[in-house]
Amino acid sequence: MTQPAIKINAVHKKFGALHALKGIDLTIEQGEFFALLGPNGAGKSTLINLLAGLIKPSAGNLSVLGYDVNADYQQARKLLGVVPQELVFDPFFNVREMLRFQAGYFGHGRENDAWVDEILEGLGLTDKAHTNMRRLSGGMKRRALIAQALAHKPPVIVLDEPTAGVDVELRQMLWGFIKQLNREGHTIILTTHYLEEAETLCKRIAMMKHGEIVALDTTANLLHQFAGKNLTLQLESPQLPASLVSMVKTSEDDTFTFAIAEPQEVERVLSELRLANIAVKDIQLSEADLEDVFLSLVGTTSNQNNGQEGV
Amino acid sequence: MGVGSNWRGTYTLFKKEVLRFWRVAFQTIASPVLTALLYLLIFSHVLAAHVKVYDDVVYTAFLIPGLIMMSLLQNAFANSSSSLIQSKVMGNIVFILLTPLSPVQFYIALLGAAVLRGLFVGLAIYFVAIWFVDLPIVHWGWILTFALLGSALLGTFGVIAGIWADKFDQMAAFQNFVIMPLTFLSGVFYSIHSLPEFWQMVSHFNPFFYMIDGFRYGFFGKGDVSPWFSLAVVSGFLFVLASACLKMLKSGYKLRT
Repeated sequence: MTQPAIKINAVHKKFGALHALKGIDLTIEQGEFFALLGPNGAGKSTLINLLAGLIKPSAGNLSVLGYDVNADYQQARKLLGVVPQELVFDPFFNVREMLRFQAGYFGHGRENDAWVDEILEGLGLTDKAHTNMRRLSGGMKRRALIAQALAHKPPVIVLDEPTAGVDVELRQMLWGFIKQLNREGHTIILTTHYLEEAETLCKRIAMMKHGEIVALDTTANLLHQFAGKNLTLQLESPQLPASLVSMVKTSEDDTFTFAIAEPQEVERVLSELRLANIAVKDIQLSEADLEDVFLSLVGTTSNQNNGQEGV
Repeated sequence: MGVGSNWRGTYTLFKKEVLRFWRVAFQTIASPVLTALLYLLIFSHVLAAHVKVYDDVVYTAFLIPGLIMMSLLQNAFANSSSSLIQSKVMGNIVFILLTPLSPVQFYIALLGAAVLRGLFVGLAIYFVAIWFVDLPIVHWGWILTFALLGSALLGTFGVIAGIWADKFDQMAAFQNFVIMPLTFLSGVFYSIHSLPEFWQMVSHFNPFFYMIDGFRYGFFGKGDVSPWFSLAVVSGFLFVLASACLKMLKSGYKLRT
């Protein structure tokens, strides 16, 4: 039987009085490109640190390709590559040395050099291979951090906010390389604040809030179920009929965007406008994006939260 | 879980730790050698005419093994402790924590590098010091045994301090309030027989005294206590500290919460 890449079973984590994770159950299959989303403090990094063995669960268990991250930690860690969120580095060594060391800790020697070269090239670090880590720019340090997590060629790769504070060029290059790794069979688990990245890259998404998973589905299903469509109208008058105000998501001058859950709501908006004698200058109907789903599920306003807990 | 299951990983961490101090050898090797030589020049100049320890050993010669051992111990401690506290404060310890290295493998790699730095410093002081004074060697075996055990003991102490300390000032406190007094009050500069009886008794509770006395026995064939007794005490201390250190590492104390 094929083992799932990641299996998380009834995991709780408490830090003193803080109940950071409240019974997480999650299975990620091999070869998936999976996103773990949620606002700051939702518990994403705690979950990743538990997977990496950096902290221990208060209850429950986690495994990587069938190996428990605590009982069989040596096997589990060999199969897992984790890119930490903080931009940390060892100031004593250059990029190539660090990658060789990192692979060495996992038992790899010179035979791994070809893979190290491949990572350097894939992440645009080849000409920085002999530069001391201290002398790299922020973006280059981020690349080196990612390279270190890949040095032992792990089948399961976890990237915790890999594109935080990096420029567009690096994001493109990074995702190109990570997509290639995914095509080659690596399982990718990603946390990010850039929701459009998760939407374009990931086939399946888990959304977390206050230490719980509040949504777990394919990206397409989440978009379909929770986001509906956006109707954007440019009107002759900037004054809306009172009956429509509650449907407005955003507005700017005379342009209003309405959240449309059902197609017949379009008709309702237009008829209310007709009754109020407000002419429509322009009309646009678009699919909502992951940001809408995110706001709907984990948004901070109370009406957005109502009825969404435990989805 | 032993080294054998991932000897390459253990060796890699050892190599990285050695390169870490070797890259800054001016600070980690040359600087303690210079300090020891200054001690030697000043103390031998000031005290040579006043202190008589053994009838047939001049004070300067008596001083050298003590200085070698003191520097060896301090540098073994500094290597493992500073490596750990630096990587904890900078956050790059995560690169080690993410690996399959077991607590034993982690300990052996850090210890190996600490012992090597201690031995480098000790050897360097020896080779410089013998230009100034004739230094006999009676038992190579005891010299080597106490050099290895002493640096291993302090290397282990350094790992414990490095795990325990969260900040550089806590580490400095450990170094200044524990390591320094124990070294200076261990008979580096004097024989404990020259002390009042009470302080002689107190010195016998200081493990550093046995390391230095046993080491010195290797040079002169005489010491304040039997080298076998010193060997037993130092080995016992090493066993206790190594057990405590491994227990800390296995429990994940302060490293994996």
